[in-house]
Amino acid sequence: MPESAAVLEVSGLRKEFGSLVAVADVSFRVLPGRSLAIVGESGSGKTTIARMIVGLERPTRGTITACGRDRSRPARSARDRRRRGGEVQIVFQDPYTSLDPRQTAERAIDEVLRLHHGWPADRRRARIDELAELVGLDARQVRALPRALSGGQRQRVAIARALAAQPQILILDESVAALDVSIQAQVLNLLADIRDETSVSYVLISHDLAVVRQLTDDAIVMHRGQLVERGPTARVLDDPQHPYTKRLRASVPRPGWKPSRRQLAPANLKGEPS
Amino acid sequence: MSAPAAAAAGQPLLDVDGLTVLLPVEGQQREVLRDVSLQIRAGEAVGLVGESGSGKSMTARAIDRLLPKGAQVRGQIRFGGREVTDLAGAELRAFRNKVAMIFQDPRAHVNPVRRIGDFMTEALRTNLGVPAADAQQRAADMLAQVGIDEPARRLRQYPHELSGGMLQRVMIAAALLTEPALLLADEPTTALDVTTQAEVMAILDELRHEYGLAMLFITHDLELAAAICDRTIVMYAGQVVEVRRSELLHSDPLHPYTAALAAARPDIAQQSRRLRAIPGRPLSAFEAPPGECAFAPRCAHAREACLAAVPELVALDGGLSRCVRVTELRGQLEAAHA
Repeated sequence: MPESAAVLEVSGLRKEFGSLVAVADVSFRVLPGRSLAIVGESGSGKTTIARMIVGLERPTRGTITACGRDRSRPARSARDRRRRGGEVQIVFQDPYTSLDPRQTAERAIDEVLRLHHGWPADRRRARIDELAELVGLDARQVRALPRALSGGQRQRVAIARALAAQPQILILDESVAALDVSIQAQVLNLLADIRDETSVSYVLISHDLAVVRQLTDDAIVMHRGQLVERGPTARVLDDPQHPYTKRLRASVPRPGWKPSRRQLAPANLKGEPS
Repeated sequence: MSAPAAAAAGQPLLDVDGLTVLLPVEGQQREVLRDVSLQIRAGEAVGLVGESGSGKSMTARAIDRLLPKGAQVRGQIRFGGREVTDLAGAELRAFRNKVAMIFQDPRAHVNPVRRIGDFMTEALRTNLGVPAADAQQRAADMLAQVGIDEPARRLRQYPHELSGGMLQRVMIAAALLTEPALLLADEPTTALDVTTQAEVMAILDELRHEYGLAMLFITHDLELAAAICDRTIVMYAGQVVEVRRSELLHSDPLHPYTAALAAARPDIAQQSRRLRAIPGRPLSAFEAPPGECAFAPRCAHAREACLAAVPELVALDGGLSRCVRVTELRGQLEAAHA
């Protein structure tokens, strides 16, 4: 059953803001336990795709199917909304603005457990402890308000809260971009562990090609709303085909890298969307 | 552009010696820089790399005399052989024309209601007495040099009419107009897209060579610093922990922190089963344990000797390392992925 096997399927997805086409007829699939990177720069449409998948934007055209159910139209009831929350969750880039400043980590997680599973208090307590251990928060941090936590710790809270709903798909919207390198490595290892233990699929929105390589199996490359290239992450990065992907790859600093204006002059990017 | 006489005589252009800075944090004077010493020669590009709280931005602000109110500064900063920590008024303005600074977020450093041309020519007109028409012409020429089309029209535009990458080029052009000898660049490409970053770096690199400009390039990105700087200085908890020729930084680091930082980055060329993460989080100078190596609590190579005293900077193989075990660890530090 190759068609229905996809945990997330996006087909002919389009979003217009007035006369601006933010996302132009994009299609892709994510298989269970596989992870997809959506690569692109500002204005590429990558974040708009993420917002449409979680239901923060309504598509102009096209369909989004998660776990076999359509979610391209707004939820019709609270029950419907909760069900969707149990399918797809999102972790945003900025852990300083994405958590409720008045809510401790354990209350933030508890709220999700109560809403989504309706478990009694002792079962929720046990699950909070499990999730805290999974993301590496200690007992003090679990009881702390966000302002007492560092950026890396807050991002762990955001991840634990998202996982509390036991989603099949976790969207990571530049979720490690704002972290210090030493903390970013901790969170990337954590995300790899979680995938091994829960078989969740990641959709990673990122401009950082090294992070993309580390965390994903497949990649699509977006440029000005168009999907310009797709393939296994290793192939897209090692042997990019589209001029824009080539330019993106050539822009990454590396030993012996000498940026030159001529070499980077915008190539003809009108080329063939794959 | 004539570099100051002292630099010509083989002296460093900039000589920071024992710089310690305290800032009021939550009502208390707290150390953010601890005994920072560094030299930059005329025309040299030096990277200054570190994570949050390392003090890299504070070092640049201290040099350009842009520290917040209430800062206490100890130590010497000499530019062209001259002490600059007590400059004021016209002398300070003249110094800032020679030591220009560009920032991560250009929008936070321009007046949104003033035209680009007005902003760019201010220093020329008010500090250097250049006639307005002449200053406009020079600004237009410089905009062309940083690759901006229709420079005369741009000069009449307002900051909000330009993209982030375009505005950062304007900032670079503005900084170069007063013919500085040293550019302090504080994460100038961090907020930009990768392809725009590459363009801005190319422009900086070309113009720097053309004008014989020295640069202190501040970044959290070890790879970027290593790629474009002659030497790189690594900071941790308000201290310099390593100084190294950039091409050796990844292949042969001297300090365990540098090695750990390079090894923690994911590799664009291959997936690794696990990244070599550094436990804990980066500390500020005032959070670091007193009387011992600041990195010791996170260091895989820490031994008892590391807790006995704050290590000195030790010279080795043309570089410097603040590690008591530097000699015995030689060749044993995890080199980053090739």
